[in-house]
Amino acid sequence: MKAGVVRFPGSCDDVDAQLAAQRVGDAVLLWHADPDLHGVDCVIVPGGFSYGDYLRVGAIARFAPVMESVIAFARDGGLVLGICNGFQVLCEAGLLPGALLPNDHLRFRCAQAQLEVVNASTPFTRACEAGQRLSIPIKHTTGRYYAPEDDLARMEADGRVVLRYADGLNPNGSLRDIAGVCNAEGNVFGLMPHPEHAVDELTGASADGLRIFQSMAEAVDGRVAA
Amino acid sequence: MRARVLIRPKAGILDPQGIAVERALPALGFTGVSNVHVGRLVELDVEDPSDLDAMCRRLLSNPLIEDYEILEAWSG
Repeated sequence: MKAGVVRFPGSCDDVDAQLAAQRVGDAVLLWHADPDLHGVDCVIVPGGFSYGDYLRVGAIARFAPVMESVIAFARDGGLVLGICNGFQVLCEAGLLPGALLPNDHLRFRCAQAQLEVVNASTPFTRACEAGQRLSIPIKHTTGRYYAPEDDLARMEADGRVVLRYADGLNPNGSLRDIAGVCNAEGNVFGLMPHPEHAVDELTGASADGLRIFQSMAEAVDGRVAA
Repeated sequence: MRARVLIRPKAGILDPQGIAVERALPALGFTGVSNVHVGRLVELDVEDPSDLDAMCRRLLSNPLIEDYEILEAWSG
């Protein structure tokens, strides 16, 4: 697998995402102003504060030259992972349903979150089991997932709610405790927690985040990742 | 032409900023305040005001979560 990690002005988790992806394959950085995806097999839109979060989170990044290529790549079935700010960007780009709103308590929340894998058959969670718990950190101010009630019901029925905050310990007021969702085709996935910060027990509280990257490598390479 | 666009959270969507302001005002002695919402104001010069609606839909607001109102568009 060769992953491409987008770097916007204001991205700050791009290198961690690259290092995490390099544990299961190759990974290069993709500059926001360059529409060339350099032949990558999958794209990661990382966390941070793209374009300073000006106007509305993800609103300006969504129109970056690289994003036009990422949108076309996703429409062709390419795997696209959005983490935190990347999730917000993918929602703004219309690649994922819904939007991320300010946390209901209005505070920045940095904590280890316990997640439940709701759908383990996506290309991003295939190395997990349904119902499995993952311990992965969150750190955000704008993480309250919102979609209209009818859309939420349809998404749940279709298995598009992929990750949920477990045990009702919802850190931001997300509707239906949603932590991560995928698109109808299953090739675009966004989540607020940071799997790239949980790939090594030496530097994180768990290595559970690696499962996401292993899943992607399996999906791309057609075999179990090392 | 100078234009002014007001963007606010859609009715029915939890507005924690509005709630925070609503709770802060009584602490200063201002009673009888309710239904507070916090939005965003964008002021801009535009050559063609008929573009404003499209600007609001594509960039200035997210129609899923926000309403917009083109408050004023005036010459000068």
